[in-house]
Amino acid sequence: MLERIYKANRMMDAACEAYNRTINIMEVCGTHTVALFRNGIRATLPRGIKLLSGPGCPVCVTDQSYIGIVLALADRPDCIIATYGDMIRVPGKGGSLETRKSTGNVRIILSSDDALQLAKDNPDKIVVFVAVGFETTAPATAVSVRQAAIENIDNFCVLSGHKLVVPAMMALLNNNSNKIDAFLCPGHVSVIIGYGAFREITEKYCLPCIVAGFEPMQIIEGLAEICRELASGTPQANSIYTAVVTEKGNALAQNAIAECFEPADGYWRGLGKIEKSTLQLKEQFSKFDAFKRFGVIEKPEADTTGCRCGEVLCGLIDPPQCPLFDQPCTPTNPIGPCMVSSEGTCAAWFKYGRKEEKNQ
Amino acid sequence: MNNTGHDKVLLAHGGGGLLSDQLIRQHILPRFRNNTLAELADAATLNLDSKALCFTTDSYVVKPLFFTGGDIGKLAVCGTINDLAVSGARPAAVSLAMIIEEGFDFESLDKILDSIAETAAQNNVSIVTGDTKTVEAGAADQIFINTSGIGVRLEGVELGFDKIAVGDKVIINGSIGDHGMTIVSLRQDIGFKSQLKSDCAPLADLTCKLLTETKGIKFMRDPTRGGLAATLNEITKQTGFGIVINESDISVNPSVRAAADMLGFDVLNIANEGKFVAIVSPDIAQTCVDICKEHPLGKQSAIIGEVVETKDVPVVEMTTAIGGRRIVQMPYGRELPRIC
Repeated sequence: MLERIYKANRMMDAACEAYNRTINIMEVCGTHTVALFRNGIRATLPRGIKLLSGPGCPVCVTDQSYIGIVLALADRPDCIIATYGDMIRVPGKGGSLETRKSTGNVRIILSSDDALQLAKDNPDKIVVFVAVGFETTAPATAVSVRQAAIENIDNFCVLSGHKLVVPAMMALLNNNSNKIDAFLCPGHVSVIIGYGAFREITEKYCLPCIVAGFEPMQIIEGLAEICRELASGTPQANSIYTAVVTEKGNALAQNAIAECFEPADGYWRGLGKIEKSTLQLKEQFSKFDAFKRFGVIEKPEADTTGCRCGEVLCGLIDPPQCPLFDQPCTPTNPIGPCMVSSEGTCAAWFKYGRKEEKNQ
Repeated sequence: MNNTGHDKVLLAHGGGGLLSDQLIRQHILPRFRNNTLAELADAATLNLDSKALCFTTDSYVVKPLFFTGGDIGKLAVCGTINDLAVSGARPAAVSLAMIIEEGFDFESLDKILDSIAETAAQNNVSIVTGDTKTVEAGAADQIFINTSGIGVRLEGVELGFDKIAVGDKVIINGSIGDHGMTIVSLRQDIGFKSQLKSDCAPLADLTCKLLTETKGIKFMRDPTRGGLAATLNEITKQTGFGIVINESDISVNPSVRAAADMLGFDVLNIANEGKFVAIVSPDIAQTCVDICKEHPLGKQSAIIGEVVETKDVPVVEMTTAIGGRRIVQMPYGRELPRIC
């Protein structure tokens, strides 16, 4: 293993020398962000490489107005909110789902199938599945919706907050103040969409998009491959996560998404409105669409807390540059979602970041 | 149907009358035979020959009641024994108080009582006093147990944060995260099938052996809720020193690692119920590990880190398997499963 680390480091050093300036690599995925910190990889990288955390944490990019809708539905006595664990501590107006959990209206689930089961077990309640996540979780939601339609489970509905990765990456690059030289692309999402999906980014913006897994060596070698391509001036969309990521991805999962969802314009925290970047349920499944069922829509409002999660998500600032970081915003008392989620950039910096890194 | 003629606990079983008497005489006393308890006095009289006694209490509300590697009864005895053990004491007597929800079945109660009796007997600890209360359905969740324990502190043993010095080694008696991940895997809202097994075990036999055969153990604690991360952070906070641990030296069972990775949990934050962390003088560290390795509960014991000078604020740092470094923070209090 050591030999592979040395080899990767040599590649990174060579790129730094060739560039003669800081190389900014964005890890898009929150799981990569956490793995980078948890394995202490950041501390081993050459000084010339700067990692930027991207908009790949589903909780973090969910707009505040969506959180508001979830909390309002949690207050309804006829609803049960079925949510992934990460979402329950995101603060909104008047608390979070955690503060409502004691009413019994909020249940943590591990899959959309659990949410569907909740609906079957509680026929007198409407089970609202808080469906967040990228292409990774969207296929499972689609399968549950399809199943609900087959079994006629009318008390099940989905509040789709599903988002698409590629449009968000393009939106980041369209911002003139972005500093991104390359993307370390998400492993889980790429299992579904395939590494070929990033080719349009490589071709349009001429920068490397490399998919890597989450083991420390995968991440280190992914970064090294990015550096090799930057130094040689041959940017590609490619994958070193060959065990599970193919060029075209998982057709079955893609078909499930296409059957139930269609791309729609949508709101992202920090990035604002992005065209065709979210997934909404198709008309034929509209009776399972919680937005339609309850007549609610996302209406973004200006954030008044002073939280700079939006800029953190775009890689424009590091968390310690936010005036709220560490004091008063901590995992115990989170003000923004990036401090709540276990995949959140602020939480990762707070939990694992060494003083030297925080002061950089 | 059990020998009291009921298969469910009734409110009257806690009413102080005939049914209470049946519950105590037919279910409890036969399992914990000892003269002190048999007197059914208002208080147990103990004849302990010591100048220093350790006294501890803990309540157990674990769900599910039965899990791979243990149950609430075993946990209730082990937890209290372990609190005494890491205080440098040999456990002598334990109390047992149960709050039982009306309708709880006797079959489960008997299994829990058997487990308590077996664990206590294995550790030469007597259940010397106790209490049972029953509450209406819905007022408690099946059964809650409280145990208190008294132990005699081993002669010449003085443990405390104030004994810890820079250069001391950090030892743990085996793999981490087994109990917490087992419980998570069985939780109603998360449940998944696995080969996980709780490490729930009484530590007093091992700690007493260690404390009597060596001189130079400074401090011990069982890393239960909050896991190894919480215990080490508590030490740095109380002493003002830093701690550096090595990821490669910390044993984690593959099934625990896989489950934690799947849910996005940090294994350092996950609860243990059969582990102790010891801070010891560097000169006896290897001897301690050797002694532990001879014991069934210490086969995977290892030196996992060291107490260091504080540069700025006292922190726990970990050298990772790939040679990087990161902070180990005090956990928030509850790990939440991630989305993807």
